[in-house]
Amino acid sequence: MSMDLGAYAAFIVPAYGITIVALGGTSLWVWGAWRAARAKLAALEKI
Amino acid sequence: MFDWLFRYANPARFMGLSGTLLPWLVALTVLTIGTGLYLGFSAPPDYQQGRTVLILFIHVPAATVMEMAYGAIVIASLFSLVNRHILADVAARTAAPLGAIFTVLALVTGSLWGRPTWGTFWQWDWRMTSTLVQLFLYVGYMALWSAIEDETKAARICAVLALVGAVNIPIIKFSVQWSASLHQGESIMSGGLDKAFLAPLLIMILGYTLLFVTLWLVRIRTAITERRARSLMQGVGA
Repeated sequence: MSMDLGAYAAFIVPAYGITIVALGGTSLWVWGAWRAARAKLAALEKI
Repeated sequence: MFDWLFRYANPARFMGLSGTLLPWLVALTVLTIGTGLYLGFSAPPDYQQGRTVLILFIHVPAATVMEMAYGAIVIASLFSLVNRHILADVAARTAAPLGAIFTVLALVTGSLWGRPTWGTFWQWDWRMTSTLVQLFLYVGYMALWSAIEDETKAARICAVLALVGAVNIPIIKFSVQWSASLHQGESIMSGGLDKAFLAPLLIMILGYTLLFVTLWLVRIRTAITERRARSLMQGVGA
């Protein structure tokens, strides 16, 4: 049990944490870029 | 032979089709990854690795998508060189950063899994070194795209680089069979993985694949929209 807790703290939580941050961050970046491009096109189409 | 593909390679048709598919893809991605994680965390501890086996469910899918993304770049590059299709260039270019992120994740999670199972974070064996080379290939590919101003020229040169770099894919795949390594050999197709781990792993691989496809489609849509905005700006400026 204590070994499992050590494994969680040292390896499992960092591995999952990095994955969540990387994939979550990438999704936000991709979504943000799409929203920005769409807003820019909409503004230009109004001119 | 590829007539059906070229019908959807028209940017307007692509935007329509991808716009319809995306909400379904997002829902399927969330459902698949959620199910995979639930089943993974419900699986019993491995008799040798204990709970560190949980890293399997994020490491292997990341490594699979790393290769899949490069495969997508290679196929798009072939279409770019043979058919000179603008959407093929956009597809290849937009897949690269995603592939690079999945490669970083494969390397980092693999390293964090290696320490408790092998006793080391890193070993310069064929599998790990070729995966690192894959990351350099992605970074080099993106740098080359950014370095050449003429987009048509950049697309041609980058397509050639992508095709040359494809030699690394079989090296990554078969390296564990070619040489002795700390990295374990193929265990999905060989039946070496218990069902309790295999089912969540396959679901997670599907989930990661869906996530990649979803992000890739949004990136292609963004690139098409930016191109439209650029051509409108040129029209306004003229």
